[in-house]
Amino acid sequence: MSERKTAEPLWWALFSAGGVVAAFLVPIHLFLHSLAAPLGWIPDRLISYDRMVALFGHPLVKVYLFFVIALPLYHWAHRFRFILFDLGLKGLRKPVAVLCYGGAILGTAGALWVLLQV
Amino acid sequence: MAPHPDKPQVYHPKMAPTWWLKNPRYFLFMMRELTSVFIAIFLVVFLIQIFKLSQGPEAYASFLEKLRSPGWIAFHVVALLFALYHSFTWFDLTSKVQIVQLGKRRMPPRLVTAASIGVWVILSLAVLLLFFLL
Repeated sequence: MSERKTAEPLWWALFSAGGVVAAFLVPIHLFLHSLAAPLGWIPDRLISYDRMVALFGHPLVKVYLFFVIALPLYHWAHRFRFILFDLGLKGLRKPVAVLCYGGAILGTAGALWVLLQV
Repeated sequence: MAPHPDKPQVYHPKMAPTWWLKNPRYFLFMMRELTSVFIAIFLVVFLIQIFKLSQGPEAYASFLEKLRSPGWIAFHVVALLFALYHSFTWFDLTSKVQIVQLGKRRMPPRLVTAASIGVWVILSLAVLLLFFLL
């Protein structure tokens, strides 16, 4: 990789976009789907199978969910990369970057695939 | 290693992997960075929840049952706290980095943070409302 041109700005833009999405939208979805729903705080009819399939099967909802799930993964990738560096993995720059951004790309592909199934 | 004339010698401080435990500020920094891990785990679990929807009613019901276990509830409570910590540190940090001007005056960062929190409350209520009404 040359000194002048790197992919860093791209990763940083995705990190930034993911940070915004994570800050504004992740807490409410975490509360709704992973706490309120399992704890029974939401009426059964709203989280019934048929209702959830109808809601999450809607094209606009799918597009929304894709961005809500995929973008924060790049936020994770960027921060986790630097956590690993900060914890002493400085000698493994390339493999750590590949692992982190590769994980986010894999997650993006997974999100796309899953959302197309519903 | 002998010093090379073309290569300046760079000082690499040796840091123990536990350097962030030495000072409360470093610790909070590491916690802030760690929020991304909790958020990512939640997103993967959420994605699996959506995948189970595509596998039929039984698969979806049994996954919801799993999320009801005390272990997962405890994890998600902790993850929610980390997610909130990310939100507030993010609003605080972006308000300092991004300059918002109104006419010739720069908006004070505190006001920008407050505005972000306001937007966050409105968006969260909108998500809840849409979930209940759609």
